[in-house]
Amino acid sequence: MVRTKQDDAFEKNVARTILASMQTPAVGEAGNTGEWRTMRPILHNDLCIVVKSGKPTCHLCWMYCPEITVSREIPPVFNYTYCKGCGICATECPTKAIEMVPEKEAPSCEGNEGGEF
Amino acid sequence: MVLKVSEIPEEEMMLSGTRLCSGCGLQLAYRWALKALGPKTIVTNPASCSTVCGGVGGYTPLKVPVFYCCFETVAANAAGAAAALKAKGQDKDIVVLAWAGDGGTYDIGFQGLSGASERGDNFIFACVNNQAYMNTGIQRSGATPYGAKTTTTPILGKQQMNKNMLKIMEAHGLSYIAQTSTSHPRDIYEKFQKAREFNGKGVRYIEILGTCPPGWGFPTDKSIELARLAVQTGYWPLLERIEGKLVISSPSKRYMDKTKRKDIREFLKGQSRFRHLKEADFKIWEDYIDGMWEGIRLELEKQGDL
Repeated sequence: MVRTKQDDAFEKNVARTILASMQTPAVGEAGNTGEWRTMRPILHNDLCIVVKSGKPTCHLCWMYCPEITVSREIPPVFNYTYCKGCGICATECPTKAIEMVPEKEAPSCEGNEGGEF
Repeated sequence: MVLKVSEIPEEEMMLSGTRLCSGCGLQLAYRWALKALGPKTIVTNPASCSTVCGGVGGYTPLKVPVFYCCFETVAANAAGAAAALKAKGQDKDIVVLAWAGDGGTYDIGFQGLSGASERGDNFIFACVNNQAYMNTGIQRSGATPYGAKTTTTPILGKQQMNKNMLKIMEAHGLSYIAQTSTSHPRDIYEKFQKAREFNGKGVRYIEILGTCPPGWGFPTDKSIELARLAVQTGYWPLLERIEGKLVISSPSKRYMDKTKRKDIREFLKGQSRFRHLKEADFKIWEDYIDGMWEGIRLELEKQGDL
C-alpha cells in the first residue's frame, strides 16, 4: 500500500485531536470541595497518639482519608479547602482525638453567618 | 506482617478535590492501589464512578495515564496496552491496571475479562465491588447480594445471592487472585504490590469491597466501619490464591472459628438497603457465610494447611 499525502494529513489530524483531549493533573478538579462540608474535623492535640509520642506510629486519619486532605505530619494538618467533611477520620481515630464540629460553630467561621446565596 | 507507616511512600498518585461523594470507598481503594503501583502505571477504565473521578474538563486528579473505554472492553484495552508495552520492551517496568466496577467485571465486562484471562494477557484486573450500578443510579447487578434493595428491585430486594466471581476466576487458572476490603488499606497496598510481582504471568485479579454511602444507605462516617464489619462478620474474607493455592490473609484468619465472627445483623442493620429484612432472610445470609467458610476450611484441609 502506498502512503499518500491524505494519509499523512489524516494521521496528523488524529494525533492533534488526541493531544487536544488530554487532561492535565490538577488539585481541585471539582473546585473547592471543602464547600460541600457541613461538619468540620478539629484535632485535639492532647489526645492524639502521634503528637503525644512524637513518632509516626498511628496516622490512621491519613490512611483512611479518601480525599487525601489529612497530612502525614506531626501533628496531622487538615486541608480545609478540599475536606468534604465525611467524618471517617473522627470515627476511625482510636483515641477520639478528632471531633466533628458543625461548620457554623467552628472557630474560624465566626464571622460567616451562612445561608446567603 | 503489618507494614509500618514509615514504610509506605508518602507520594500520592491521586490529588485532592475529586468529584466523588464524601466518604467514598472507591476513592480510598483507588488511592491505595495507585500508591502501591506507583507512577509507572497505565490504567484502563470503563464507565463507572472512577470515570467521574477522572474529571470532566481539561483537568484530572489522577497523575497516571488513564484510558477511558467502553463498558465491555476494559480487559481488551488493557490487553492491547500490555501487548504494546511488550512489543516496545517496556513490560518489565510499566504495569497495566484495568480498573473496573462490579458491572464492568461481573456483568458487562465479563467476556473481555474471561477472554483476556484465557489468553494470558499481562495486566492486573481490579474490581471495586460496590454491589450495584452506583454511578447510573443504584441498579441491580450480578454482584448485588441477597435482599438488597436497589432501584430495579425496589420492593422485596434482590432475591438471589451474588455471583461467586472468585470461583469463576479460579476456574480460569489465574496466577494471582486476591480479595480485599477498603477497611484494610495496608492489605490493599500489599496485595497490589504482590500482584505486580507476578508480572508476565497472565491476568492478576483483585477484588475490593468498596462501600457506597448513597447506594447502601448509611452515614458517610460509617464507610470504613461497615467495610470492617463485612470482614468481621465473615461475609467478606480477605484471602489470596497464589498459583491456585488458597491463603487466608492475617486479618481474616481468626474468623475461621464461627464463634469469633460478629453477628451478620450488625452489618445488615447499618444499611437502609437491608432495612426490610426479616429473620428468615438473616438465616439465608448466615447459611451463605457458614457454607462459604466450610468450603474454605475443606480446601485448606485438602492443602494440608489446617
